[in-house]
Amino acid sequence: MAAPPVPTTPPPKPSPAPLVKRHHWVVRLTHWMTFVLLAGMIMSGLQIYGAYARFGERGGPYYVNAFEDHAFPTWSRLGGWLAGGLNWHFTLMWPLIAGGFLYLSYLALSGEWRSLLFRPRDIRGAIEMQKYYLRLRKDHPPQGKHNPLQKLAYTCIILLGVLSVLTGFAIYKPTQFSWLTALFGGFQAARYWHFWAVWIFTAFLIVHVILVFVVDPASLRAMISGWYRGRFPSHD
Amino acid sequence: MIDRRAFLRLAAGAGPASLAAACGWDGGNAVRPLLLDISRFNNWVGEKVLFSKNRLAPQYPIADRTAQLPSYFISPAMPTLQDPKAWRLEVSGLVRQPLSLSIADLQALPRTTYTVKHHCVEGWSAIATWHGVPVSAVAERCGMLPQARYVRFDSFDSGYMNGWDLASAMHPQTILAYGMNDNPLPESHGAPLRLYSPTKLGYKMTKYLVSVTFTAERPGGYWEDQGYPWFGGV
Repeated sequence: MAAPPVPTTPPPKPSPAPLVKRHHWVVRLTHWMTFVLLAGMIMSGLQIYGAYARFGERGGPYYVNAFEDHAFPTWSRLGGWLAGGLNWHFTLMWPLIAGGFLYLSYLALSGEWRSLLFRPRDIRGAIEMQKYYLRLRKDHPPQGKHNPLQKLAYTCIILLGVLSVLTGFAIYKPTQFSWLTALFGGFQAARYWHFWAVWIFTAFLIVHVILVFVVDPASLRAMISGWYRGRFPSHD
Repeated sequence: MIDRRAFLRLAAGAGPASLAAACGWDGGNAVRPLLLDISRFNNWVGEKVLFSKNRLAPQYPIADRTAQLPSYFISPAMPTLQDPKAWRLEVSGLVRQPLSLSIADLQALPRTTYTVKHHCVEGWSAIATWHGVPVSAVAERCGMLPQARYVRFDSFDSGYMNGWDLASAMHPQTILAYGMNDNPLPESHGAPLRLYSPTKLGYKMTKYLVSVTFTAERPGGYWEDQGYPWFGGV
């Protein structure tokens, strides 16, 4: 009986990850627009905050606030004085809101919301993903464009954006929108939630950037050019 | 030629960098005029889109009055009248009958009392009760002419003044207040007479009033001319 033939060619290398189109230009444009505009909103917001650095009706009681009577450093503020901060804030809010509308309209009309919106059926996948990150499971669970934890994070950050706009209007026109202001617990409470949003956005930004570089650096290119060649090429 | 990818990268980098360079900066000569243009647009939105001449600000029970309501004036010391008895409010401009009104005259006009929240542009708020005569009642008394589109309020506080759009001035809750928290208006809050309205930010509510003038041209304002929003509605 003849011995099996010795393979003369080395086994095939795993094929390189395919190059796939990942982000539509609307998504890329609004992503970077939001980054720049939100930075401007936060910086002018910190300038405005300095004019009265606490929350609660005059004379108290005041809300729990680690930054009570705190002046943020000059480099973190935009506007120079209260009127300058207000004018930046009330200018940048329009393109920020417009970008938000454009992005949400794109998500809705293109059907892309399906790969982004966290739904009850993603709960099981989110638990598996969390197990993987906690090293309770070895293999990376299969995923589409985004894993369920990403969907959860992106869904929450969109909701936070909506809440920031609504609390913003509640502070901007507390008499004309008194129903909205009341919904948030009154003028000072709306200011408080509006301020909280700053820290959630900031925390999100830090974690978001770390995860891009640690988990999937190819996604940075995808958010700039639209093209992606990386670990998670499939789309759902 | 610059390709699209490089351009997007550049834009992504330049945005935050230019913002960082802008810290503590009101826009400089290049951007400040643009910001003020947008502020004028926001005035228009505030006046024509968001403001409702019929919507009343919420009122609060007297028990909700806050412990503090800070006192603001621009003079080095609290403005006071040498001779309070000689004080008169001059009502003039585009009117059929200019008026010179004493506090007693004003108190004889229809009286409005409400307990409302005061919103300062700085971000604080406070609740107090105010007593006064609606500006609309004074406008009726002096026979305001149809050409009047704005109202100018002047004070004896180092020339502090404000210009108002007519619709805000005629709002039923816009009053010339001679009383606060069941007492005559204190000096710290603009005695003998101040403008009050829960539809405006505090800096729009002229204290230490001396005159009300109905005009066709838009008057400026002490803070408004320095960059604060002119409409200042809440």
